[in-house]
Amino acid sequence: MSSVKIELRKDQVEKIHAFCDQCGNEPGELINILHRTQEEFGYLPAEIQEVIADKLALPVAKVYGVVTFYSFFTMIPKGEFPISICTGTACYVRGAEKVLSEFKKLLDIQVGETSADGKFSLSCLRCVGACGLAPVVLVGDKTYGRIAPDDVKEILEEAGGARTRGQGD
Amino acid sequence: MTNRQLRIALRNCGSINPERIEEYIAGNGYLSLGKVVTGMEPKQAIQLLIDSGLRGRGGAGFPTGLKWLYAMNSEADQKYVVCNADEGDPGAFMDRSILEGDPHSVLEAMAIAGYCIGADKGYIYIRAEYPLAIRRLKIAISQAKESGLLGENIFSSGFSFDIDLKYGAGAFVCGEETALIHSMEGERGEPSLKPPFPAESGYLGMPTNVNNVETLANIPVIFEKGADWFSKIGTEKSKGTKVFALAGKVNNVGLIEVQMGTTLREVIFDIGGGIREGKKFKAVQTGGPSGGCLTEKHLDTPIDYENLVANGSMMGSGGMIVMDEDDCMVSIARFYLEFSVDESCGKCAPCRIGNKRLHELLDRICQGNGTDADLERLRNLGEVIKDTSLCGLGQSSPNPVLSTLDNFFEEFESHVRDKKCPAGVCRDLLEYFILEDNCVGCTACARACPVGAITGERKELHVVNTAICIKCGACMEKCKFDAVVLI
Repeated sequence: MSSVKIELRKDQVEKIHAFCDQCGNEPGELINILHRTQEEFGYLPAEIQEVIADKLALPVAKVYGVVTFYSFFTMIPKGEFPISICTGTACYVRGAEKVLSEFKKLLDIQVGETSADGKFSLSCLRCVGACGLAPVVLVGDKTYGRIAPDDVKEILEEAGGARTRGQGD
Repeated sequence: MTNRQLRIALRNCGSINPERIEEYIAGNGYLSLGKVVTGMEPKQAIQLLIDSGLRGRGGAGFPTGLKWLYAMNSEADQKYVVCNADEGDPGAFMDRSILEGDPHSVLEAMAIAGYCIGADKGYIYIRAEYPLAIRRLKIAISQAKESGLLGENIFSSGFSFDIDLKYGAGAFVCGEETALIHSMEGERGEPSLKPPFPAESGYLGMPTNVNNVETLANIPVIFEKGADWFSKIGTEKSKGTKVFALAGKVNNVGLIEVQMGTTLREVIFDIGGGIREGKKFKAVQTGGPSGGCLTEKHLDTPIDYENLVANGSMMGSGGMIVMDEDDCMVSIARFYLEFSVDESCGKCAPCRIGNKRLHELLDRICQGNGTDADLERLRNLGEVIKDTSLCGLGQSSPNPVLSTLDNFFEEFESHVRDKKCPAGVCRDLLEYFILEDNCVGCTACARACPVGAITGERKELHVVNTAICIKCGACMEKCKFDAVVLI
């Protein structure tokens, strides 16, 4: 599983327990519980999976099996600005591939990785259903449509700038 | 884009406020539910649906009424109605639009299904990637409950029905109904062998009826206007309309709804406004990763379930991606295969291993290392995967490869025999070349080249030595005169 060991604080463990309790500690609600936990913590490291497995009386392997099956769940923390590039067919035929390589080049990371400063992470997703805007890039909740490789630098600067402004507030 | 279209499933999308139940009711909403639960026997209602000829819009096109009949005939204390809103085909977004624009039509249809098969509980299995649709559904469910259209004793008929949401977590295979049910139970979304069908043993082992969003959106109107009205629309075996998500290289992109039997030419050229930038039409991909690529010769074929399958594609959920002369069909086939390889759940060997091998073959061909024997292998392996996979994903994943082999064989041949990519897409098969007419001899390219592959005197034509060139593209980026081209 993940290489870095993390210590969960007592209140964090209690929070996970609360999510399980709200779902009646039902093993059938595992996916819902994982959704809520990931929303809270941003990712699902091994230590969190152990807490959930213990609480629902399930083998950790089972929880791990579910976490790794679904692409929505991640065991690596996302960057402050998660960048997702749509690689659905409409985006693909309109040049998503080139946009993706530009992001890889400028951030110097591969898909599924987070930049060393923890600012940006890069992922691909399959169709956000905005094919009219192809190719589409998501930065956090913000959607950018009809992106060309030349726009990539600006997008990164805009996100970085937003953070600086946010810190000043 | 509005003429030539007939909106049944999308009838309310964009014209009512989806967050106000009053607006849905004003357009005869929930009238059909009232009519069915107070005045019709379940059998009678199912017969009406069978007579209408409605078939599942999620892909395979199974008659919806028959599905309900099987679920009704299964005896159990508890049954379930499930709405499949795990729309995962890249390039398809009709379900999202319906859920965001007209959520009540889906709820109403689920309640009718519940009454007919004898279920009092419904679930909508929806992708977590659709936050707006989730929000609108939550609002719609609570409004319907407040108005007494969901919950206990609906229309004082003694029939009760409740709906909850279940969230997907990003697995394409969960659109397959047995995999969807496993996912609802909190398991890995792996499909299981049918029979038993969900109508006998589904969610928590109980009889379960699973319908797709667009299928459900048709149902309230069918009960309002009658089976005859619906069965007059469309072709002999495919009734009604189909929503398509038109995208790719057409001028007008977006959702369209046309009668079954409309031709591809009408969709792409009349509604879609033709190909962008006056380029030449090459292919249209229907049915997503399970479908195939159709070409010029299929443009006048009426679109229905049977015709698409006969031509090596399928209806699928209704994604329709148009491609022009700049698209390489070999790399398109590889693109779809990559998707299937990523999304294969890994349970059965033909899909898990076979698709991986297919993808490697295509990779080799795109890199210029393919042989004639590889083309043979592609076809044989594709057929075996289709015949032996466990679920719909594997049974249809070779379609994009087989249909491009059928329709664009010459393009495969150029990749294999001439080591050329006619569309100019496969980078490994292309070479950098400097155009004599454009080159002014500024030396910018030669200075940018990291391996010294470009030679030429100042103010004279420069030349690329393709034997040394590493195809990094630095020369092309630096050239201000568009003199460097890939051919």
